[in-house]
Parts: sequence; C-alpha cells; structure tokens
Amino acid sequence: MLTVTNVYKTFNKGTINEKRALCGLNLHLDPGDFVTVIGGNGAGKSTLMNMIAGVYPIDNGRIEIDGVNISREPEHERARYIGRVFQDPMMGTAAGMEIEENLALALRRGKKRTLRWGVTKKEKEMYAEKLKILNLGLETRMNTKVGLLSGGQRQALTLLMAALIDPKLLLLDEHTAALDPKTAKTVLDLTEKIIADRNLTALMVTHNMKDAIRLGNRLIMMHEGSIIYDVSGEEKKNLHVSDLLAKFEEASGGEFANDRMMLS
Amino acid sequence: MNISGILLAMQGAVSQGVLWGIMVLGVYITYKILDIADLTVDGSFAMGGCVCAVLVVDKGVDPILALILATAAGMIAGAVTGLLHTLFEIPAILAGILTQIGLWSVNLRIMGKSNVPLLKVNTLFSSIVDVLGIKQSAVSLVIGILIAVLVIVFLYWFFGTEIGSALRATGNNENMIRALGVNTKITKLMALTISNGLVGLSGGLVCQSQKYADIGMGTGAIVIGLAAIVIGEVLMGRLKSFGSKLTSAVVGSVVYFLIRAIVLQLGMDANDMKLLSSIIVALALCIPVALSKWRLWKSYSEEGPTC
Repeated sequence: MLTVTNVYKTFNKGTINEKRALCGLNLHLDPGDFVTVIGGNGAGKSTLMNMIAGVYPIDNGRIEIDGVNISREPEHERARYIGRVFQDPMMGTAAGMEIEENLALALRRGKKRTLRWGVTKKEKEMYAEKLKILNLGLETRMNTKVGLLSGGQRQALTLLMAALIDPKLLLLDEHTAALDPKTAKTVLDLTEKIIADRNLTALMVTHNMKDAIRLGNRLIMMHEGSIIYDVSGEEKKNLHVSDLLAKFEEASGGEFANDRMMLS
Repeated sequence: MNISGILLAMQGAVSQGVLWGIMVLGVYITYKILDIADLTVDGSFAMGGCVCAVLVVDKGVDPILALILATAAGMIAGAVTGLLHTLFEIPAILAGILTQIGLWSVNLRIMGKSNVPLLKVNTLFSSIVDVLGIKQSAVSLVIGILIAVLVIVFLYWFFGTEIGSALRATGNNENMIRALGVNTKITKLMALTISNGLVGLSGGLVCQSQKYADIGMGTGAIVIGLAAIVIGEVLMGRLKSFGSKLTSAVVGSVVYFLIRAIVLQLGMDANDMKLLSSIIVALALCIPVALSKWRLWKSYSEEGPTC
C-alpha cells in the first residue's frame, strides 16, 4: 500500500536554523493497516505526514502508494489517493461555505472539476445519510455555513469529508489534540468506526499513548527523524504506557518524558 | 442651487455607475471571493479603454468586437499578475503593483499618445442613438444594465459550478482545497484573469460612452471598486444570496457615482474626489473595527452577571 523508502528532509538547509526532520526513514504499510504514530516534539511525526501528503517536497528517497511513485507529485495530485484530517479544526473545512458545499468539494477529491453544477440534488440526499452517522444533527443544517460550527463538529465533518470517497490512505495528524476530552472521544470513536467499516489504511499521529496502544493494529515510535520502535499484533495489544515511556527514555538517553506524555 | 443641473448630472451618474459597475464586479471576484486586493485594476481598466479606442479609431474595428478585445487585453493583464503571484510567489499586492506600473507604459505604446478622442467614429452607444433616436445617456444606461445583468448571471452560474466552487474554496481555505485535489495556483490565476477581463470590458465601455480614452482613466479605479463594494454592503448587506451580493456591487457603484455627481454639483473640485473616495473606503474599513473595540471596552464591568 504505502512504501516510504530512505526518505530524508532537512529544513532551512545551510542556515543556522538547519533542522534535520527526517533521516533515512523507511516505512511500509499493508492494505488495511491502521498504524498509530507516537514520538516527542520534533521527532518528525508531522513532517512524515506532510511528506506523504506532499505539502513539502522530500530531499531524497521515494514514496509509493500502491506501487505508484508519488515522490515528486504535487500535493493536489496526491489528493487522489490521500484523505487528510489536520490538528487544527479550522484547517480542514471552508468556513465561509455551507456544510453541503464542503461535502461536495470533498466528493470531488482528486477528480477533474468541470463546469457541471457544484452540488447536485442526488448528492444532497447522500450527504444527509452520511451526516446522520455523526449523530450531531448536522443533517438538518446542511445549508449552515461551516464557520458557525464548533471545533468538534468541524473536525467530525472533516473526518467525514476525508473518507467521503474511500482514500487509499487516511492521514490523521493529531486530529483530536485541539478538542476537549469528551469531543475528542467522540471524534476518535468515529475515526475507529469509519476505518473499521471501510477497512481503510490509516496513519494516525497522537500524543495520547493509551489511544496509541488501544487503536489500530500497529504502533510506531519516532525519534529524531527515524522510526525507533515498530510493534504490531499481540505484542502491541499487551503494551503498557510504562513500556512506551521506558522506550522513550532509552531512545533519548533518559532525559525524555515531557509533561504532556506523562499526563496522557 | 441649480436643481435641473443636478438632475441632469445624476442621470449621467447612474449610467456611468452601471458601466463602472462591471469593473466593480471584477474587483468583487478578487477582493471578496479570492480575498486579495488586486491592484492590477488601475492598469487593466485603462488598458481596456486604450485598446478599445485605438481599435475603433485607428483600425476601424467594430465597436462590439473592440469591446471583446478590450476584455481579452484585461484578461492578459490579469494573467500576468496571476503568474507573478502563483508561479513566482510574489505577494499579490506587489504583483498587482508591478503589472499596474508596467501597464502605464504599455498603454501609452498602444495609443501612441496620452489621449485618444472617439468623437468622429461610431461607438456601440452612438450607433444605437442613431437608430432609435433616444438620448445618449439613456442608451448608456440601458446597455450598461443589460451587460451588467449578463455578467451577474454568468458569474452566478460560474461560481456555482465545480470549478467555481473550487475557486471560492481557494479564497476560503487554501490548505483545505489543496488537500482535496485542487491546484490553487490555477484557481487563483483563473480568478485574476476573469476579474481583470471584466475590468478591461468596463474600461472599453466607459471609453465608448465618454467618447475618449485617456492614459490616466484607470487611476484610482481600485479605490472606486472597493468604495462601491463597501457602499453596496452597507446598503444591501442584509441580503445573503450570492446573486444579491453581486447586484449590491453594481448598486454600490451607482450610488458612488451619484454621491460624486452631487458633491461636484455642490462645487467640490473634481481633483478632490479621489481623496473623498479614499476617505469613504478608509472609514468603511475603520468603523467596524473601531465599533467592536469600543463595544468590548464599554461592556466591561468588574461585577459579572449571574450565570
């Protein structure tokens, strides 16, 4: 499905702010893999997501989806394969447009846009059905501007939009981090349900170690631009937060474990 | 005060406002939909006028064909700004200024002098005056309204299509629409091109209606555009449909030119008009900010209400 081979990325090369974000990273996902990604700040988790999505070009290496080399494809072309939900709930939707208009934009992800009408009547019924799954009552407010929704509602909508047409790969970049605990749980449950129902392949960055262990079939830990721990199956299910903390400390020479990690 | 003089001036102002309103629709696309202030407008408006004048006077081109070519010229000017902005990532304001300044020389080259009169040739308006025998200002008004309606219908349709929706989304949230597979460089280029096409068309129409093209005819056009949009919003801000928003841009333009005609009749120097336009726009932008700050300041009390 997804194959990342020997990918390097350095930001601000040759300046005093030079930052090596990814360092010869290798990763392979099988179809249906739901992988959680953890790591400290600056470990390269978000960079990895952005490199796969094509937000910035990679310096070296190769990224393939389903055998297609997308290493040098621009972001908007990779959108054909990839659905994304961002950390910032404001980032995944167009605030000044209606709920149904946002969904209509998502329905056409990666497809050629034409001079046909932007939202058709037939679609609207389908959107209402899909919105019911969210259980937020949005199906009765399809003409509401998205800017009037709460952060949690917007994030749930973004998730629905990212998977409105099955993506080959779903990228979730700390998509519950900006939500309150209750809303975060709702969005996370929904994530789990959508991924399971449609058997999607997904990469999910999280700072919550319990979630990282509980969700998905595989867990990877990043540190300084590389994957330092990769665990799946039974071994993953039997992990404890303390095991992960120990791993972190081992990797960072004992000085790891920031407050955010300890608390979650 | 001469009442009949004012009435006559106001009649002219309305038709002038409608013809300039086509330009305001162009500005609406960039300023309101794409969320950038495109300063190409001053240059592309004059370019539309210059191209139209030279074609009709020197080349004997049909006035309608000349308007189409004026539109095309405006589109090219917009595309230049678009390419500077998207391909080379020059900030939109600066890209617009570069094109605008460059166009001054281009327009002078096109005309060969700074002013071309259209007194002895047929224009779109004069040929209809000849046929129907009604007054020039009435013809300008009717033709202006007809074209404005056509443009509004076209824009209403276009921004409802898949491509048009992608364009609106580009102005709303670039990151989002790129993640959904839209090349935002193309959508921005498209918006700037269409916008300046309308500006060029408006320049051509104004040139034919006033019977001359002048190198300075576009100076301050962007401020007139912004002022008209702001006035339109104040007058018709409660109407939320897209069609009424577009209409409000043209209505704003008419009201702007009415205000202008009135203050000129009251004896204001025509050269002070640009200052007045700037003040209108500046006030319109300042007042909402100042008001909300003032309300916030006023609403403070040490004792909170009971929840």
